[in-house]
Amino acid sequence: MSDDHDDSPIAARVRELEAVLEEKGLLDAAELDRALEAFAHNATPANGFRVVARAWVDDGFRARLVEDANAALPEVGLSMGGGLQVQRLRVVENTEEVHNVVVCTLCSCYPIALLGPSPTWYKSPAYRSRVVSHPREVLAQFGLELPRETEIRVWDANAETRYMVLPRRPAGTEHLSEDELAGRVTRNGLIGTAAV
Amino acid sequence: MSERYREGDRVRTSTVDPDHHTRLPGYARGKTGVVVGSDGVHPLADLRARGVERPQPVYVVRFTAQELFGRGDHTVTLSLWEDYLSDE
Repeated sequence: MSDDHDDSPIAARVRELEAVLEEKGLLDAAELDRALEAFAHNATPANGFRVVARAWVDDGFRARLVEDANAALPEVGLSMGGGLQVQRLRVVENTEEVHNVVVCTLCSCYPIALLGPSPTWYKSPAYRSRVVSHPREVLAQFGLELPRETEIRVWDANAETRYMVLPRRPAGTEHLSEDELAGRVTRNGLIGTAAV
Repeated sequence: MSERYREGDRVRTSTVDPDHHTRLPGYARGKTGVVVGSDGVHPLADLRARGVERPQPVYVVRFTAQELFGRGDHTVTLSLWEDYLSDE
């Protein structure tokens, strides 16, 4: 039974638990709201843009990021914490030969801390079912036509790891500063449904 | 925790469609893939959903589109708990 859990009994169970914890004085609703707001405020795709820009200008950082993303993120003042647990992150690097694209076929798992809230299409059954079986066609619908010889790797965030794509640095950007490069990155580029 | 599989091992996923929560997607049931990495040790999602914490190794397993869908030239990579896998 690998279906959505948006409207599942677990959501109702969480609401009931929250009410009971508040009633018993174990949970302060205002404090919970503050924590959620702080997380939502800090969780924006600008974080992912910064990570990519640093990787484009610093080969050492890029290597460390691809090797162990959680260990490398603090170098740019970021982490995968902020929620209730630190999530495991894997950064997958696009190259001339390989293009990566991310999906969660079971629900909508997504590295919110680095990319902000996920776009509606990412959560749609159409994207989730089609991109695993027909990625080339789905990417073309996004306007990304890949050469026949480019190997496509789809990553299903079906368990504990979240994924972010490291796009290729666009040609002709040698003169740009790290901040300017960050401004060139797009959210879809971090999911793999666009090049940058 | 000792890991049963190593990078490069060929593994087959379970064919069972359980009536409880699982993180083995239907499209990857009963398929053969190659272990390409380790994803640490995490409580088995199927049991955790029922309040039981039983940690076990999770593997990064890559499948060809041919194996999964009978067509296509791409690959799909998933994270799979040891319980989902058996020797090919």
